[in-house]
Amino acid sequence: MPKPESSPSGLSLRRMLALIRKEFLQLLRDRPTLAMVVMIPIIQVVLFGYAINTDPRHLPTALIVRDMSDMSRSLVAGFHNSEYFKIVADVKSDAQAREMLQRGELYFVITIEENFNRRLVRGEKPSLLLEADATDTAAIAGALAAVDGIMARLSSKEFVGPLAYLKQVPAPINVMVQRLYNPEGFTRYNIIPGLIGVVLTLTGVMMTALALTRELERGTMENLLVMPVRPLEVMFGKILPYTLISYVQSALIILVAQTLFGIPILGSMSLFFMVLLVFIVCNLALGFCISAVAKNKTQALQLSFMIILPSILLTGFLFPFYGMPQWAQAIGSLFPMTYFVRISRAIVLKGAEFPQIWHNVWPMLVIMLVLAVLAIKFYRKTMD
Amino acid sequence: MSGGDVVIDVEHLTKKFGDKTVVNDVSLTIRRGKIYGFLGPNGSGKTTTIRMLCGILTPSDGHGTCLGLNLRTEAFRIRERIGYMTQKFSFWDDLTVRENLAFVADIFRIKDPTPRIDATLHDLGLTHRADQLAGTLSGGWKQRLALAACTLHRPEILLLDEPTAGVDPKARKEFWQEIRQFADVGMSILVSTHYMDEANRCDEIIYIAYGDVVAKGSIDSILTATGKSNLEEAFIYYMDRSHAEA
Repeated sequence: MPKPESSPSGLSLRRMLALIRKEFLQLLRDRPTLAMVVMIPIIQVVLFGYAINTDPRHLPTALIVRDMSDMSRSLVAGFHNSEYFKIVADVKSDAQAREMLQRGELYFVITIEENFNRRLVRGEKPSLLLEADATDTAAIAGALAAVDGIMARLSSKEFVGPLAYLKQVPAPINVMVQRLYNPEGFTRYNIIPGLIGVVLTLTGVMMTALALTRELERGTMENLLVMPVRPLEVMFGKILPYTLISYVQSALIILVAQTLFGIPILGSMSLFFMVLLVFIVCNLALGFCISAVAKNKTQALQLSFMIILPSILLTGFLFPFYGMPQWAQAIGSLFPMTYFVRISRAIVLKGAEFPQIWHNVWPMLVIMLVLAVLAIKFYRKTMD
Repeated sequence: MSGGDVVIDVEHLTKKFGDKTVVNDVSLTIRRGKIYGFLGPNGSGKTTTIRMLCGILTPSDGHGTCLGLNLRTEAFRIRERIGYMTQKFSFWDDLTVRENLAFVADIFRIKDPTPRIDATLHDLGLTHRADQLAGTLSGGWKQRLALAACTLHRPEILLLDEPTAGVDPKARKEFWQEIRQFADVGMSILVSTHYMDEANRCDEIIYIAYGDVVAKGSIDSILTATGKSNLEEAFIYYMDRSHAEA
């Protein structure tokens, strides 16, 4: 007759490993799921690699104004009135502006050079510098197209009376557009780093959501419940194998994207794969929560889609985050995907380092902890 | 009543789902090394009672102990020392016979599990099927595997929920020989069944109908109390009586 070997509150590594092993064996024998795991990333990269375009407005823009004249003010007002640009900051230095661009806080930096007005009046073609975060091509395309219109309106409003001679073709202002980070303006450059997030959300949330409901539907849950296992052990047993799968999928996407589209990877891959863990655990914990409240497979799938759809639509993956109304931004802020998209783009396309992504990492950590606590709380310890 | 240590002692156990009372005021005493037959019509609350005893359903009312451990607060400790075989096969179809047993061995942290697993496979005649997926076994073999898996950790109490439903007579006979051996080495067994021949193999009978325990005791005492010549007639008598009351 056995004696209880464990302290009643203690977790057991052996039990945890047994659960992990069991999940792996089951997974390896589940061919359709394995096929999905491999095919989804590949299909998505190929599909999304070919453009989706949008026309967002109110993109956060910073100003560097070195010329204090009515002409400059009118020019700035023109940008503002176009509704494409939302002036959020007056910055002093180029370095500061560049830092904000890299952190993803800005889409544009508009620089009006010194003596802009004087040089304009003298017919010296002063320059207006427009730096754009071109990683999000969909977001900036409309805004850049609007620049011609802004110039035309400036001309008809200001170049009157004594300045009428400035109404000339070509325009007396030299508008210079600099597409930063993605000079060719490929939409897929912007889509693919985010696509890793979509694929991981899709498969991660769904697979873990089904993990417990499958036990429930097959009747094996009753057995698991009557065994001396801790909820945390079950959770680790379910989450660890899927973490590995998520990593494989991410590597697959990067591989396919490199081979097919030659997407440049500027940042550190080790940083990327480290931060990836937080995002993966977020998704799996979310799936586990769903799994714990859903009564059957259908419910689990429906709940998963309630997470997956907004993760695609409201997080800045497809449509620019700052182009959405405030309430939609607020909802989007609750999804780990919102932060992951920014991090992924920053690392892959802008070569961002840890200090520049930290402000997007900590919200994800908070979400991860909350989800983990909820998952344990929701986990059914009995059949009540 | 004969002696022996009490391993399960519950009083006034009640389970309600919403307004529906599934188990009503059940009190049971189970002693070491005996086989208890748990009988009653379908839907009488047998499964629910067993689930409360092994801690996967929380009683709405009542209290009790299992191996001296509180049913409500020490469920985890209880689970380490009991075995429960569910009505429906609940081991993993997509794991092999050996993998299922190895999983159980790890969960119960059985020391040096391989010899015990090998011995179990041998005893059950499953050695040549060790690497077969459990889902591909026939009903009788599945039942053997389930019994092997839920007794691998040598539980002190074994709860069996209609273990022989859908199993052929030969397999049933072997099954009963097996659990009698378990009882002989001191395991206490509660087995729910519909078969009268199985009821006759038990040391004691607990008869439950519509959530109430209507009779319990040795077979002789039940026959004496009802004045019937066999268990079958005794149960029909009880069934009619509780039907009339309901």
